[in-house]
Formats: sequence, structure tokens, C-alpha cells
Amino acid sequence: MSALVSFRNVSCRIGQKEILRELSLGVEAGDTLVLLGRSGSGKTTALKMVNGLLQPSAGEVVVEGTATTAWDPIRLKRRIGYVIQEAGLFPHFTVEDNVGLVPRLEGWPPDKIQARVQGLLEQVGLPPAEFAARYPRELSGGQRQRVGVARALAADPPLLLFDEPFGALDPVTRVELQRQFLELRRRLGKTAIFVTHDVREALIVATRIALLHDGRLVLLCTPAEFLRAQGEEIRAFLTCLDTKVEPS
Amino acid sequence: MTADLANEIMDLTVEHLVLVGVSMGIAIALAMPAGILLTRRAPLRRWVIGFANVMQTVPSLALFGFLIPLPLIGGIGKHTAIVALVLYALLPVLRNTLAGILGVDPAVRESAVAMGMTGRQLLWQVELPLAARTILAGVRVATVTTIGTATIAAAIGGGGLGVFIFRGLASVDSTLILAGAVPAALIALLADGGLGWVEKKLSPG
Repeated sequence: MSALVSFRNVSCRIGQKEILRELSLGVEAGDTLVLLGRSGSGKTTALKMVNGLLQPSAGEVVVEGTATTAWDPIRLKRRIGYVIQEAGLFPHFTVEDNVGLVPRLEGWPPDKIQARVQGLLEQVGLPPAEFAARYPRELSGGQRQRVGVARALAADPPLLLFDEPFGALDPVTRVELQRQFLELRRRLGKTAIFVTHDVREALIVATRIALLHDGRLVLLCTPAEFLRAQGEEIRAFLTCLDTKVEPS
Repeated sequence: MTADLANEIMDLTVEHLVLVGVSMGIAIALAMPAGILLTRRAPLRRWVIGFANVMQTVPSLALFGFLIPLPLIGGIGKHTAIVALVLYALLPVLRNTLAGILGVDPAVRESAVAMGMTGRQLLWQVELPLAARTILAGVRVATVTTIGTATIAAAIGGGGLGVFIFRGLASVDSTLILAGAVPAALIALLADGGLGWVEKKLSPG
């Protein structure tokens, strides 16, 4: 097994509701797997099982050869970068402290943390001289999201999880950040699992797309194959691309 | 004002401050950890909050009276007064600790957990700093009320500025009543202003 992450017959039940049913798929190193689906399709649930925020009720999720249930939960989470919508930044920490969080938890020496933070802020396009000392409330939505990405990258994790990271942004900023995501991926060669309900975004960032519907995997393929694929749910998503705007 | 009266005002003011300070110290030491514990134990919440609510509804003079016959915590004197004041101060501190921590944005808490913070790191680095303002607001309310309620402590021999008030009532001497009431009111205003200032300083990002 060379897969960095693999789902093996994973089901997840929360209360009476079966959110995810017998999901099996693997994510190879260097891949960007997009979990695509409508609200309630189970895509975020699947994502949260990778870093142990949720546990499978059946089957197992294997990360770097070890089932998530066998990992030390803290170690597992610190080895995986996590970016969520609205970034989830700590409002009482400066940008610098937000980005340096995991290295600080890991006990890096302060000068090394500072150098790392400065480098990361440069990489995500936020000059440290201007942004390091700001608080999240003093940033735009797009800037906050960039800080969120920098924070996820801080301890140089091999795997990154993105939970609809650009969902709350305006369309222009969204495209900018998608472009930056591709550039960072090319430069850093990280593996990523990316949740979105936006088929356009999925086609842009994915190396492979997993389409989920009602907790089941409908299709797992490359973006090119996705465009040619057949099936009701696939067509439902592809229609979103075709919708022409006719000014009245 | 005679020098004797001035001296006595000073002495009783100090006594009053000690009474309030000790009571608030104990109340905070009990209610804050209890509040934190309750954020982790939902089923216990209604019982503990219920107890604190009931304590708050008992009229203060009656509560002081109820405590007198009790062994260990009861009797005449300062410690009984402190027990009563602590019981009153518990609720605002407890409720605000709970509200402050439960009010932390779930997205912030989730990302703290997802970054690999331990329960302790989550509490000290995220939850408490973000809840600090709300918790302090509870401490402020409790302190101001305790300063007022502490005047009744004199009824059971607890001392403090209430001594003047009860003496004045007994001898129908409004100067004496004012000698107790005015300093108590001033202390309450100062405490309110001071804690309000600290509250503003604790800017939650």
C-alpha cells in the first residue's frame, strides 16, 4: 500500500443517521483529492475522519499505514494541516501567533518559529512587515483565508485537509486563492484532500475527484474523465457548468 | 465630624473591604473551576445552576439568620457572614464562566482541536482568554452586590460598615446611617469603575 490515506469500507453513523456508507478510496502522495457533493452528502464527515475529529462507526481510515484509531490523536492532528471556511483563526492571536501555533505547540525554539512564520506569510502573499502584527479582525476575508493556509502549512505536514476553504469568499478573491492553491501545490508538492460543493472549483484544483451522494461514493476519477462521465448525479453537477447567463 | 467617628469609619471600612475581598476570593475560587467543569459535563449543569439560583432567591437577612444555628459554618460572627456572602456571589461568577466558555465560536474551538491542542491547551490558550471579558463581567456584578449585601453582615456580628447602619436604625440617627451607607456606596462605585476598566482592557481580539 503506497497510499498516504486510505478509506477501507468506512461508515459513519451519527445518532440514527448514516452519514457515510462503506466508503473505500485511497489518496496517493502528491494527489489533490476533491470530495465533491451536495450539502449532506457526507463529504465533510469523510474529511474529519482523516485527522480523527470523527471516528468511523465501521471500517477504518488508514493514515501513513496506521489506522486513525491507533494513532495518538494529538500527534495525528499535528501531522495534518487543516483549513476551514472563514479560516477559524483565533481572534485573540495576531497573524504571527496564529500561523506559529502548531510549531509553538510542538516546542520549536522562538527564533525558528519566527523565521518559519515570516517565510510562510511571504509565500501566501502577505508581506510580514505589514501583516504579522495584525489581528484577524483587521484582515479581509481573503487575507484571513491566506493566513489559514499559512497556519496549516506551519509545521510542514505531509497532508493538508481543506473544508470548503473558499466557500465564504467573493468570486474574484475565490479565483485568486484557487490560483494560489495550485501554485503552492506545484511548489511544495503536498498531498491534499479538499471538500467543495462547487464543481468548477473541483475541476480546477483536483487531480482526482470523488463524487459523493447520500453518503455513497458515486464516482472516483480524474477531472478530464469527470467531464465525460455519465450518471444522474454527475449530470446534475455538470449542468451547473453549462448554465448560460442571459441578460434580460 | 468628630475624630472618633472618622477613625471608626476608617476601621469599619477596612473591615468591610476584608469581608468583601475574602468572600469574593472564595466565591471565585469555587465558581470558576465549577463553571469550567460544567462546560465539560452538560448533565450536571441544571443541578448546579439550580442550586446557585435558589441561593440567590433567599432574602439576605433570612439567609444570615438560617446560617446561625448550623454547626461549623454557622454561629455568630465573621465566618458565618462570609459563608452567606459567598453563597450569593457564586451564581453570577458561575453563570458567566459557563456562558463565556460556551460562547466561544465553535469554528475556533474546532480549529484548536484540529491543530492538535490538548484539552488543557484549549482551555488556557483559547477558551479562557476569549471568555475572560464575560467572566470578569460576572465578577464585577458579584462584587458590587456583595459590597451592598455585606452591610447586613453586621446583623449577625460580622462587622463592617453595616454596624453604623444598624446602630443608626436603633438610635434613629440618620447621620450614623449615612456614615455607613455613604462609604459603602463609594466602595461599590469604585469597584464597579475599576473592574469595568479592566474589562475594557481585556480586549477579545
